[in-house]
Amino acid sequence: MSDVFKLAGKEFGSRLIIGTGKYRSYDEMKAAHKASGAEMVTVAVNRVPLDGSSESFLDHLDPAMQILPNTAGCYDAEHAVRTSRLAREALNTEWIKLEVIGDPVTLLPDNEQTLEAAKVLVKEGFIVLPYFSDDLIMAKKLLDAGCPAVMPLAAPIGSGMGVQNPSNLRIMREQLPDATIIVDAGVGVPSDAAVAMELGAEAILMNTAIAEAGDAAQMATAMKLAVQAGRLGYLSGRMPKRLYASASSPIAGAIK
Amino acid sequence: MVVSMVTITLNGETKEIETEVTLDRLLDLFSLPKQRVAVELNKQVVRRQDWETTPVNDADRIEIVHFVGGG
Repeated sequence: MSDVFKLAGKEFGSRLIIGTGKYRSYDEMKAAHKASGAEMVTVAVNRVPLDGSSESFLDHLDPAMQILPNTAGCYDAEHAVRTSRLAREALNTEWIKLEVIGDPVTLLPDNEQTLEAAKVLVKEGFIVLPYFSDDLIMAKKLLDAGCPAVMPLAAPIGSGMGVQNPSNLRIMREQLPDATIIVDAGVGVPSDAAVAMELGAEAILMNTAIAEAGDAAQMATAMKLAVQAGRLGYLSGRMPKRLYASASSPIAGAIK
Repeated sequence: MVVSMVTITLNGETKEIETEVTLDRLLDLFSLPKQRVAVELNKQVVRRQDWETTPVNDADRIEIVHFVGGG
């Protein structure tokens, strides 16, 4: 079955997008990336250390991977826009994961600043993939601003709590049938990824769930399979939920 | 001969450097990588091809970034 993931005119064979942070070693990261089957990875933009200790992190990534720089660490639209421009200059890519954080404890997004930055960046030709709180109205505004996809959170970044508000994702899917929805952040275990995909997400972006797993590469494989399973489940159309039982075997004809 | 100096803020740190230094020379002075990095001068990106002709002036605020692991 052909089920290619299309995003901003590009085709991906995998619906799993993964991060590059928090791995215990480069070898572990590389093994996890390979096992995941992901074709796109996120990276963060950061000041070069002045003590000469900088190393070329990008050399540890498979050159075939699409690199998606993020604006992590930005707390307002201005910093996110500046960071995006620097990422574009350094990597020669228009792609940016827009992330504007509103609070250091929860790392929840500042949706208002995210929208403001998205408007500026879209006008400048960026392919803006915004991380935001799972709110339908904000999703509409981000799409209206020209974002090719929206990336609602499942739960706070790095929390591993799974989809906290499935109704919001379901409503977003139903009300925005043509939108590309990528669930970003909060997945902890494969079943979380499957749930998000069953709710109709086109793809999932995760980092900590794989990087902090006891066996990162094995968890990456598990996540790959969960995303595939959830996607197939969604496309298949689930049975209706019923409050009471519905017998699978014939009632009539059982011996008395 | 007295060499005059300028004071700049480089990646958040106050640094004194010689006058008449270009951005390209600044990267050399601090032994910073030149591949897959980007330079911002007073909040404006300076394209790579302009590093050699862009002077660093007193009170300039310069950010030089690269990429690290992230989600």
